[in-house]
Amino acid sequence: MKVRILVSLKPSVLDPQGQAVKNALHTLGYQTVKDVRQGKVFEIELDNTVRQTVDKLIPEIADKVLANPIIEKFTWEIIEG
Amino acid sequence: MKFGVVVFPGSNCDYDTFHALQNVMEQETVFLWHKDSDLQQVDCVVLPGGFSYGDYLRSGAIARFSPIMAEIKKFASAGGLVLGICNGFQILLEAGLLPGAMLTNKNLKFLCQHVYIKIENNKTAFSRAGRKSQVLSIPIAHFDGNYYAPPELLAQLEERKQIVFRYCDGNGRLTEEANVNGSLHHIAGLINEQGNVLGLMPHPERASEKIVGSDDGQVIFQSIIDYWEKKAGGRKKKAGKTVRPVVSPLPPLVGSL
Repeated sequence: MKVRILVSLKPSVLDPQGQAVKNALHTLGYQTVKDVRQGKVFEIELDNTVRQTVDKLIPEIADKVLANPIIEKFTWEIIEG
Repeated sequence: MKFGVVVFPGSNCDYDTFHALQNVMEQETVFLWHKDSDLQQVDCVVLPGGFSYGDYLRSGAIARFSPIMAEIKKFASAGGLVLGICNGFQILLEAGLLPGAMLTNKNLKFLCQHVYIKIENNKTAFSRAGRKSQVLSIPIAHFDGNYYAPPELLAQLEERKQIVFRYCDGNGRLTEEANVNGSLHHIAGLINEQGNVLGLMPHPERASEKIVGSDDGQVIFQSIIDYWEKKAGGRKKKAGKTVRPVVSPLPPLVGSL
């Protein structure tokens, strides 16, 4: 099975990269863009034996390694299998 | 006093740090390989600057899982002195040995320049050789040095005087322009509650001899030596005194990455 994990900065944390992208979009005339937050995507392929424990496994991996809980948050979904 | 400089794949200030400690400060210094779990009975562990593991994932995020880091955590919890410089500071944050996190610099630029930092707390093992409010000129070289901590934590850091160095201008004023990377409360260097682990973004090893523009960084190394010698009851052991090589000896090749 495959899962997709999205990691991004918490709303309370300033995202200078997202700001730069927003400013670029405004320069191009996309004034309807109100805010941009940039993040990271991880696609993780898992052994099918984890089917029962995936709900526990993914948050564990995300908290321990993929995201820094002080500044980042994550969401995840199963995209295959 | 014996220093150990940790070498991770991607460390690039390991030799500068080794040189500053062994040849300038005249202290016995060894390299510690990231895959080793023997700290060689050093009195102070230094995590040098660089780009450990290519800064993949987040700066310092992968290095914290190195075998040597488990030993450094034990060493630190037993009161051992640990100094993290630049990437070393980022590793200490990721490893949870210091509180908070680093964000990308506010201007999204890699900043490589001399900055001024002010000693906010000169009562620590890493700053005691300096005066309170003394301004030091030390270079920085980083992309992710924008210190962040949630408001409650910041208040706690202020209250407990854990902020040891702050970015300032040449006169010691905390101006917005002097805070080049956007760090909250101008934080350039931070100590843990127990007072034995310090991380800072500026590179004292690059400012340890007048010939390179500043020797202000010596204040930090001298503080550690003074602290240790006092603690050890005046036991002064100096290494490198008889032989002073101009170029640091190469470390043994200890293994593959």
